[in-house]
Order: sequence, then structure tokens, then C-alpha cells
Amino acid sequence: MSDRSDEWRADYDEARLRDVPFETMSGVPLDAVHGDAPYPGQYPFTRGLHAAGYRSRLWTMRMFAGFGTAEDTNARFKELLRAGGTGLSTAFDMPTLMGRDSDSPWALGEVGRAGVAVDTLADMEDLFADIDLGGVSTSMTINGPAATLMAMYVAVGEKAGVARADLAGTIQNDILKEYQAQKEYIYPPRPSMRIVTDMVKFTTAEMPKWHPVSISGYHIREAGSTAAQELAFTLANGFAYVEAAIAAGEDINEFGRRLSFFFNSHSDFFEEIGKFRAARRIWARWMKERYGATDERAMMCRFHTQTAGVSLTAQQPEINIARVATQVLAAALGGTQSLHSDSFDEALALPTDKAARIALRTQQLVAHETGVVNVVDPLGGAPFVEWMTDEMERQVEEIFAHLDELGDGSILEGVYAGIDNGYFVGAIADSAYRFEREVNAGRRIIVGVNEFTGGDEETEPNLLRIDHATEEYQRKRLEAVKHDRSQEAVDTTLAAITVAAQDPTVNVMPPIIDAVKAYATEEEIAMAMESVFGTYVETAIV
Amino acid sequence: MPPASSRIVLAKLGLDGHDRGIKVVARMLRDAGMEVIYLGLRQTTDSIVAAVEQEDADAIGLSMHNAGHLTLGPAMLAALDEAGLDVPVIIGGIVPDDDRPILDDAGVAAVLGPGASAEEVVTTVRAAIDFASAGGDETA
Repeated sequence: MSDRSDEWRADYDEARLRDVPFETMSGVPLDAVHGDAPYPGQYPFTRGLHAAGYRSRLWTMRMFAGFGTAEDTNARFKELLRAGGTGLSTAFDMPTLMGRDSDSPWALGEVGRAGVAVDTLADMEDLFADIDLGGVSTSMTINGPAATLMAMYVAVGEKAGVARADLAGTIQNDILKEYQAQKEYIYPPRPSMRIVTDMVKFTTAEMPKWHPVSISGYHIREAGSTAAQELAFTLANGFAYVEAAIAAGEDINEFGRRLSFFFNSHSDFFEEIGKFRAARRIWARWMKERYGATDERAMMCRFHTQTAGVSLTAQQPEINIARVATQVLAAALGGTQSLHSDSFDEALALPTDKAARIALRTQQLVAHETGVVNVVDPLGGAPFVEWMTDEMERQVEEIFAHLDELGDGSILEGVYAGIDNGYFVGAIADSAYRFEREVNAGRRIIVGVNEFTGGDEETEPNLLRIDHATEEYQRKRLEAVKHDRSQEAVDTTLAAITVAAQDPTVNVMPPIIDAVKAYATEEEIAMAMESVFGTYVETAIV
Repeated sequence: MPPASSRIVLAKLGLDGHDRGIKVVARMLRDAGMEVIYLGLRQTTDSIVAAVEQEDADAIGLSMHNAGHLTLGPAMLAALDEAGLDVPVIIGGIVPDDDRPILDDAGVAAVLGPGASAEEVVTTVRAAIDFASAGGDETA
């Protein structure tokens, strides 16, 4: 027995295992781990972050939901919790994501459509009404105005008697990928990075159970990148946040533990599994060797995964259920910490309750029926899987070398440079077009789209519709909130935000919390900072 | 046949930032010999009208993924009408089948859904330009 094997055994014995038999369906008992060192839970964590893997804890089945008014989404949250979901995940509508109120001219036609509308703390109170914030973990997918939404969550918790230190969750707050892929930015990159760094500082000091940045490759992949580009750009953005936090005097071992990641699980099964395994290894190596982390917890790449929305087809939509199932399986075999599975109707509209339930059931099926959770990193040691993992790492390191050179020895500067010179958007658009041409030429088969197209039904499944009444309702609600609040308190707190924004040594979080408590709107807070930071307009390139 | 040098203005109208589709479409049309003017994200009906006038465009392509098409599509047509421009508008993105007749009635020239091939995209745009240049709106 090697030392590493003994160490693994000791860690495994310490883990609290789930109370289920770890054997095959036919009753064959199974060892927790097969293959060679380094074992699961051991640096560089290629084989997983924990010695006992899913034997101790399954991934969190976190279903993204949000539409219409806050009350509508609150009802969906409660339904998901009743159905056995274990974490909440909030989708906001476009105006909210862009820091605009529901009564802005920009919001026309968009209020409550692709997510829930939040203008003021009043909406956030409705959104989480009768849900114990001390007992759930909440993920909020928002970036440009992330500080305001996090402030609102803190305020809702405090009103319900839950201290900020007890709030658990994640806010996406990954502004760099906005300039590269998702395009939901407000301010230019550098001031935006200052806000992110302020949030990292604030949560490190006051919200120990909160993940202040979820570094996200999901959108990069959805925008058309390859698997290796998704991984490389995401981890590079992660290094950029690390460099910024170190420069701000933060301790890598403290904030490093609370960084988390978000990846896509696409259709090429082994490429995805290799990507997930490589993600953990590369992150651990760089955090240790380049940035000097000494606490292993600060080297661990924890990630959420979502199945690939872009892979869903409008043609024969029911077969998306099978597509999603294979992507869920890849994420499980790759060792994800949490997972959202897409609903089969998402290429047509927002998911219905039924479609969302089927998607959750798909995860439950993989977790409880397939047996893949009984052995930790069950594919570890397989020659092709190890090769794919190495190949991902090789491609990623090539991209890092390019960014390092662009930034003259700094990944942060390299990422800024790549945003400024169009490197990221260009590389992603090239990959997207290559894929499209291959599908067009029939070199790549998409079932139901360019092959096996027979049997497409005439009728669409039932689709979720958001009616115009939502927009009307939300505008009236905003008007009422504005009427009832103290304008003096709003003006004073907004002015304090502007003053804080002007001084890079002051953290913007406390004044933003004061402003949301005074029921200042999201847009008013965004404008209070925009007056100092300016706005970002992308150069349109094809 | 329209002249090979047909000009099309492509834009993302409103806040929606999903630009993978429209960039792919831009390259498809460019590869088919059209002149593509891509305005980029966060355009308004006014900015699109201005570009169409300035570029003397033959068609407009809008991409929408956030269910804003029923509001923004007609708003675009109204703005063109007001400016006295008779340019076909093609919408691409996620548009449920039930919404297509509504957009047709509103005067949208064509709708391209997910999975449309390059050939379908180019043929649809060319047909829309042909129809409009033959005075389609008056005779339809």
C-alpha cells in the first residue's frame, strides 16, 4: 500500500456516507475507488475534490427558474423545493440583467419575459417570501448589476432575521465573460473589475458561506466556442480575478476557497468528461504553482454545470430529453458539484412546469438508477479518458501562453487586451461558424435537424407564455414603491454610492446596501455609479 | 434575380445580447455575396432606420431570443413606416409557431427559426428582397 492510498483511505473513512448500498443492481459490492494515485480528494484533484465523491453527497440538483413577476417565480421555487430540488437558482429578465428598471424605454417587450423582473427590494421580498434563507442555498445569475442584487439578498435576509453571515449561495458576478460572450455589461472592464473586487472583499469579511464570483464558461460555450476555448477562457478569467484580488491585498487562501466555476455539458461525451477533469487539475496547479496558494481548499475547482441549451433542437423537441440525459451523465462522470438540466422545450420558449419537472427527474434518474455514483471517478485510469484530459490541458495551456504574452506576464492584463483587441469574440465567432458550416455540409449530424427528420409532428408542445399583463403589473408596482418610499433617503444613499465610486479605496457594497434598504431602484443605483464609471459599447465585428 | 450586391442591415434590437446566431447569419450572407452591415448590440428602431437610410439597404435582419419579437417586430415596422421606408424585415431567433401568423399580419417579411440552413437563410433573404423590389407590398 502506498502512502497516498493510506491517505485516501483515511479521508474516505472520515466522510459521512449516504445510507444506501454501494453495490450493483445485482448485488455485487463495489470498492469506492479503482485505479491509481493521485486518488479522489488528492492534489491536483483530477479525480475529484472529495475522497468519497458522490458516496457522501450527491451533486446539488439546482434548477434555474425565473419568469414573470416575483410572485410567479416564488411559486415555481416552492414547486421545485417540494419536488426535491435542493437549491434555488434565479433567472432575471433582460432589463434587470442590464441594470434597467421595468419602466425604462429599453425594457419595452422584455419585462418578465426571459426571467423574473426585479426593480426594488420589494420585488426581492416577494421573490423569496416564505422561503427560509437560512436553510437553502441560492444562486443568482446576474453580472453587471450583481452588487445591487447581492445587497438586496442581504437586506431580505436581515428583514427575515437571517444574518448575512448565514446566507449561503452564489452570485455569478463574472463580468469578464460578459465582454467575451454574454454581452450583459454596463461599465467598461476596469471599473467593473473594481466592483467585483469590492464584492470579493466584502464577502470574505462578512459572508463566509457566499461565493462572490462564479467564473462561467457556460456562456462562452453557448456563444460558439470549442470545449478547450470554454475551459481556457474561463480559467484565464479566474486567474484575472485572482490577480486583481491579490493586488487589492486579499489573501489567496481566504478568497480562493470561495471562488466557484460554471461549465457547460455539451453533447460530445468524452470531450466533456475530459474537460471537467482537466479543469480541476489545471486550476489546482496554477493556484499552487503560479499564485502561491498553500491551502488545498483554495486550489479546488468547484463547479456548477448546465446542459447545453444551444444543443436543444426546435425540431422534434421531445428527443431533447435524451440529449439532456447524456449531458447529465457526462456532468456526473466529470464530478460536478451541482447541475441544472435543461428542459426539452427551451428551443421554443421558456420551460413549462412539466418540462422543468422532466428535466429534474432526468437528474434523479442518473443519480439513483444508473449506479454511476457508487464509484468515485469511475472512468479514471481509462486510457482514452486520461488522454482526453491531457489533450484538454495541452490546448488550454497554449491559450494561456498567448494571453500571458498579450499581458506581458499578467493574465489579468492579457484578458483586458484580448477584450480590447477582439481576440475572444473573434475566436468564439470563428468556432461557431465552423460548426455551423459542418452541420450545413452534413459532415456533422444533428438528429431531427439535418438527418432523421421524418416524423416531426405538426403541433408544438404546450408552451409557457408570459402575457403583457406582467409588464403592466410590474410598472404599476414600481410606481407604487416609488410613491411610498422616502425620496430624501433615496437621494442621500444614492449620493453616497457616487462618492464611494469615486474613491477606489472605499468599498461600494455598504452604500449599495443602504440604498436598496431605502428602496432605491436597480437603475437608480446603476446610474449613480455610471456617472463615475461610464458605459461600455462593443465594437461590432462579424 | 436581385443584384449580387444586395445590402442587408443586421442588428440586435433591444437589450437581448445573444449574438451567436446573427453573427453566423452575417457570415452566411457575406459568403453568398451579399453586403452585410452588422450594427451590433443594443440598437434602437431609430438607429436601425438611420443605418438603412444611410446605407440604402435592401433588407433588415433582426435577431431575437428573448421573446421580445411581438413587441419589437411591430415597433420596427412602425418606425420604417414613419420614415417612409419600404424595406423588408426578416426576424430570426426563437419565435414560437403560433406567433408567426401574428408577425406575418404585422408585415414581417419572413421568420427564420433555429436550425435554418445557410441555403434557407440566403434563399429567404433573397426572396424577401425580390418580393419587395417587385412592389410586393402593393400587390400582396
